Amino acid sequence: MTKYVVATVDEIPPGRRKVVEIAKRSIGVFNVKGNFYAIRNQCPHGGGPMCEGVTSGLVRSDKPGNYDYIMRGEIIRCPWHGWEFEIATGQSWFDPAKTKVKAYATDVESGEALARNPELSAAGFQPGPYSGETYEVEVDRDYVIVNI
Amino acid sequence: MAVQQLENYARPEQWAGLDLVDTDVHINLDNLRSLFPYLEARWCDYITESGMGGLASNLYPSNAPNLFLEGSRPDQGPPGSSLELLQQQLLDPWQLQYAILNCTYAVDSVHNDDFAAALARALNRWQLHEWLEQDPRLRGSAVLPLQNPAFAAKEVEWAAQHSQFVQVTVPSRSREPLGRRGFWPIYDAAQRAGLVVGVQAGGLSGNPVTPVGWATYFVEDYVSVPLAFQAQLMSFVAEGVFVQYPELTVATIEGGFSWLPPMMWRFDKDWKGLRREVPWVERPPSEVIRDHVRMTIAPLDRPDTPEFLVEVIDQLLRDDMLMFSTDYPQAHFANSADSLPEGISGDLQTKIMSGNAHATYRLG
Repeated sequence: MTKYVVATVDEIPPGRRKVVEIAKRSIGVFNVKGNFYAIRNQCPHGGGPMCEGVTSGLVRSDKPGNYDYIMRGEIIRCPWHGWEFEIATGQSWFDPAKTKVKAYATDVESGEALARNPELSAAGFQPGPYSGETYEVEVDRDYVIVNI
Repeated sequence: MAVQQLENYARPEQWAGLDLVDTDVHINLDNLRSLFPYLEARWCDYITESGMGGLASNLYPSNAPNLFLEGSRPDQGPPGSSLELLQQQLLDPWQLQYAILNCTYAVDSVHNDDFAAALARALNRWQLHEWLEQDPRLRGSAVLPLQNPAFAAKEVEWAAQHSQFVQVTVPSRSREPLGRRGFWPIYDAAQRAGLVVGVQAGGLSGNPVTPVGWATYFVEDYVSVPLAFQAQLMSFVAEGVFVQYPELTVATIEGGFSWLPPMMWRFDKDWKGLRREVPWVERPPSEVIRDHVRMTIAPLDRPDTPEFLVEVIDQLLRDDMLMFSTDYPQAHFANSADSLPEGISGDLQTKIMSGNAHATYRLG
């Protein structure tokens, strides 16, 4: 597993996202209520740029006319056809067993910790978000890491 | 009176010994005054004093060629208005175990809710006494005054008191989609009573036959019949009628079925992205339709290559949805064996001929 530094924590405030290109993949990094999640920016349905979709909640119902609106901000809807996925797991609502988008583990590392390993590659880090670019680590900031 | 059997209109020899249930047989009122014994004096006089001759239907021209079986018109009244002819032309020669009656008298064209309710009750009492109680093979469909769902629900409760009624019917061309919540008192009553809700081709709500307005020719009207049924099934599912009333069965009558598989493909596909609008639809719409909708088969869409129709039936993915019907006294086939799809398995044929009707209408 390779670790990619993709953003500073304050670059992606709660409710926002950043789409990055790492390991030849387009990946959306989301801050959902303070937790960071990363999912592939490709809908398993038609290949749409899913991470450009609306983040929303899930509407459930136990009977017609009753709306149970849950997981507000935890669901992404593909902009092409509206399929809904849970950002944290990549699972689809209507077919969680078979239909899912690839989700990647994330970490938050302090700049101080990263700075102690100036040779990022040797320490298992890859610079990001853009291949070939160096991510400049500042000691007083925290960074979002995506594990691929 | 001499037996007036119709030529080439009888049970085919190869169906010998098999149970047969006809799920769509039409009865017609010979004259509005025939309802007077069943109608309150207030409404009898209302009809007489206003000079009302009868409720006119514009569903088809009365003399349209090939519409009715030749010889099905009694001496007096329209085809389907004589029990004796029904027995001689349908029940006996087809050796029917049961025939489910439908009456499409134009009650839904009346704008007065009270009058519509009185007419529906009179029609249903007429059906009960002059048909259902006269032949043990007959089962009834009660006409509902759809103008007023509360009145319609009362009519469901009335019908439920008479075991000969197995169904209540509403027209496919209703004033608005039948799944809408305003109609739910009807479904609530039907579920409690264990009665099937039949959606019958036709209706005089004033809505045109097609979504693009009135067509010019009768052939367009006739071919367009499935359009209303498609809208109704989508409405029943999307509005969550079967979530609210999980025991309810809807039967489509004379609506065809060959259009259903592609409609279900499209419905399932679009539901995946749009389901948040209708979160109570927690299963693919096709599953809901397969569990709750049953369909009479006449008139059968009959491609030149019979295998094509067998493929469509395979695509329903269920063998319990289709129910045999003749749609007597309407003429839909030249040879009686053509009333069933050609080339289906023996097991499926048995289910279509009687098993599915038994399960749907709890006959027995």
